Amino acid sequence: MAQAETSYYVPHGSHWPIIGSVAVCTLMVGFANYLNGVSWGTPTMMVGLAILLFMLFGWFGTVIRENEAGAYNEQVDLSFRWGMFWFIFSEVMFFAAFFGALFYARQYSIPWLSGEGSGVATNTFLWSGFEGSWPHAANGPENIGGDYKPMPAWGLPAINTAILLTSGATLTWAHHALKANHRAQLIIGLFLTVALGAIFMVLQGVEYVEAYQHLGLTLGSGIYGTTFFMLTGFHGMHVTIGAIILAVILFRCIAGHFTPDRHFGFEGAAWYWHFVDVVWLGLFIFVYWL
Amino acid sequence: MSTVAADDHHDHVESPYSIKRWLFTTNHKDIGTLYLWFSLIMFFIGGFMALIIRTELFEPGMQFVDPQFFNSMTTMHAIIMVFGVVMPAFTGLANWLIPMMVGATDMALPRMNNWSFWILPFAFTMMLSTLFMDGGGPAGGWTLYPPLTLQTGDALPFVILSIHFMGLSSIMGAINVIATVLNMRAPGMTLMKMPLFVWTWLITAYLLIAVMPVLAGGVTMLLTDKFFGTSFFNAAGGGDPVLFQHIFWFFGHPEVYILILPSFGVISSIVPTFARKPLFGYASMVYATGSIAFLSFIVWAHHMFTVGMPLAGQLFFMFATMLIAVPTGVKVFNWIATMWRGAMTFETPMLFALGFIVMFSIGGFSGLMLALAPVDFQYHDTYFVVAHFHYVLVPGSIFAIVASVYYWLPKWCGNMYSEGLGKLHFWLSTIFVNITFFPMHFVGLAGMPRRIPDYALQFSDFNALATIGAFGFGFSQLIFLYVVIKAIRGGEKATSQVWENAEGLEWTLSSPPPYHSFTTPPVIK
Ligand code: HEM
Ligand SMILES: [Cu+2]
Repeated sequence: MAQAETSYYVPHGSHWPIIGSVAVCTLMVGFANYLNGVSWGTPTMMVGLAILLFMLFGWFGTVIRENEAGAYNEQVDLSFRWGMFWFIFSEVMFFAAFFGALFYARQYSIPWLSGEGSGVATNTFLWSGFEGSWPHAANGPENIGGDYKPMPAWGLPAINTAILLTSGATLTWAHHALKANHRAQLIIGLFLTVALGAIFMVLQGVEYVEAYQHLGLTLGSGIYGTTFFMLTGFHGMHVTIGAIILAVILFRCIAGHFTPDRHFGFEGAAWYWHFVDVVWLGLFIFVYWL
Repeated sequence: MSTVAADDHHDHVESPYSIKRWLFTTNHKDIGTLYLWFSLIMFFIGGFMALIIRTELFEPGMQFVDPQFFNSMTTMHAIIMVFGVVMPAFTGLANWLIPMMVGATDMALPRMNNWSFWILPFAFTMMLSTLFMDGGGPAGGWTLYPPLTLQTGDALPFVILSIHFMGLSSIMGAINVIATVLNMRAPGMTLMKMPLFVWTWLITAYLLIAVMPVLAGGVTMLLTDKFFGTSFFNAAGGGDPVLFQHIFWFFGHPEVYILILPSFGVISSIVPTFARKPLFGYASMVYATGSIAFLSFIVWAHHMFTVGMPLAGQLFFMFATMLIAVPTGVKVFNWIATMWRGAMTFETPMLFALGFIVMFSIGGFSGLMLALAPVDFQYHDTYFVVAHFHYVLVPGSIFAIVASVYYWLPKWCGNMYSEGLGKLHFWLSTIFVNITFFPMHFVGLAGMPRRIPDYALQFSDFNALATIGAFGFGFSQLIFLYVVIKAIRGGEKATSQVWENAEGLEWTLSSPPPYHSFTTPPVIK
């Protein structure tokens, strides 16, 4: 690898951002039209997605090439670190909104609808006889989505918790191997992490099928189904993205990228994975268990 | 490999007439310029909508537009002014100024910087295009409360997704600012030596990253409630429409500080220059900004006093809100103390800064009145609220932005602007802004509701006056456009110092500054 430069690297003009804007815009216009029931919505979305993938390949590819050519000094590295850190913080706040909705439903809206506190009048006059509780009968006074059974914590979800925690450990193992320059261990550790992530997603899929087919629990099952599927769904999306990122890092490791003391790409992906892990712990405790 | 080596020829600048330069640029000054022009264009679009509203309100009765369109004008006007004018203008200023102020070459993440900007034209095209859709544009108010907003026609998913898009842009812009401030300062530029504009933007960026995702979450819930059968805001399914208000205002109140904190930084730069005295109480300004940011997270339900809340909640949010007056008071005190016995002169930037201090304080006082829960029961959703937030936004944020343009324009383009026209712009703006918004206090206290296209007869005179003021204010801004274009195209050459007593690293660079600000870090005393 080339020597790191001394001055801060300011790239020349780049066409990737504008391609990114076109991509996301196409994706959004397609999605909005799909939601409005317009026939060309879905194909437009696909086109947008394709452009987006092209942009991601191109943009990250450029960054990786520049990095391998030694264009980035320590200061650039630190900018990437701050960037990643605050990006993850923004993701935390995104999940916070959904956790907030969950706590609000459990602490306030269900009890109020059932007549607690200042909800007496609401219950008496609007929803007389409704006795909501969490997690059973938490689909509201109109039993939206029909009867359902809540998802038990100590089956698949507990196994999934173990899987994600293990994947965190294998990832840390890979990191230590990278720092000690044990490339074989690094690749095995990373591979195990990605594999565990994939298993997690498969089990999540099994759980969703179980919910829809046997528990009568759907996205439309009132606020319980809503918070259950929105939280686990967004989390699952993040696991998928995290696993893809880690897979890219795995290929880069196989291609010989990263050195024991310079490997922000690896670390950034690892931070992201740990973040996804921590969100899951929150989910396990508040969505499944308590 | 060639892309990597290209960095060595950084003196090569493409012609300003090349489209590619503007589309692909990674330069903080180019991007700053793009942001500022975008913001100015949106200001005229949003202002045009305000004039449609004011035209309809010139006299009672329905004259020009139908109520649905009227409502979509108030909604769009607000979204454009907030997300399309004030936020991009401040991001533009941040782009231009922060690297120069901290002694950096450029922003920390230049490619992402380009993306932050180039999202905006797409997002706003999407937003504006909804006006032509079945069911018209969004008309439920910029607060997007369900269930009303869920009755929007085809526009709904476009509006929601464009808000996601704008949020993406703001978050990336904010991340860039934080990375630049934390990582790109020249050696010796300690945090407590940073200009206040940099400090206020650092804290603003933190607020942005903390709350834009919450808004994204909230509007996502609207989307799924409408299209995917979720029950977040549906009481029949165990949800609650009030939940949206909590989420929205958890974003919304910090958002109003996002719209004002950088102004505080601007005013703290301008006042010392024209008072020819160092800023009074630098450290207390930093701490005051931090306290305001902290408090902004625990006051949101002052927008919801009339929704129904336990007494303890009312009291908590009332007192927490009133607490914000303390750090804000510290700031106003410090500006005045800076001017005390200063050798003051009144060039255009200073005039706008003084206008800011006086009229922002008026908005602050009406804000204090609104913070009192029992009183707010009366004022809520009346024109008094409209008067309040326009005082803090128009002679507040907008005046601060205009002041900074006059203050830094000679630095940016190398030419002085026309002082006479600048002063004319100031006086016309100040007179008309008060004619527009001051009467709204009276009609509000007398009970005229906001967001209505028609009103009772007794409100006629003040409304006619407000409309006259609005047109005057709107046309006065054309002077601004003219002054800016004229200065860019030529005029008296500016020195690098520009203002006799201006302090800060940006004044050590030539006017206009080199394409890459500080290629070698400056020495900081
Ligand atoms: C340039 C002069 C401006 C004029 C003449 C003006 C006028 C108006 C008018 C007439 C309304 C409608 C009030 C109602 O019917 O309820 C309104 C609403 C609003 N304006 Fe402005 N405005 C101006 C600038 C701004 C700026 C700069 C901002 C923000 C940065 C802003 C933010 C808002 C907001 C948030 C609303 C509330 C919309 C809603 O009710 O959902 N305005 N404005
Ligand atoms: Cu507020």
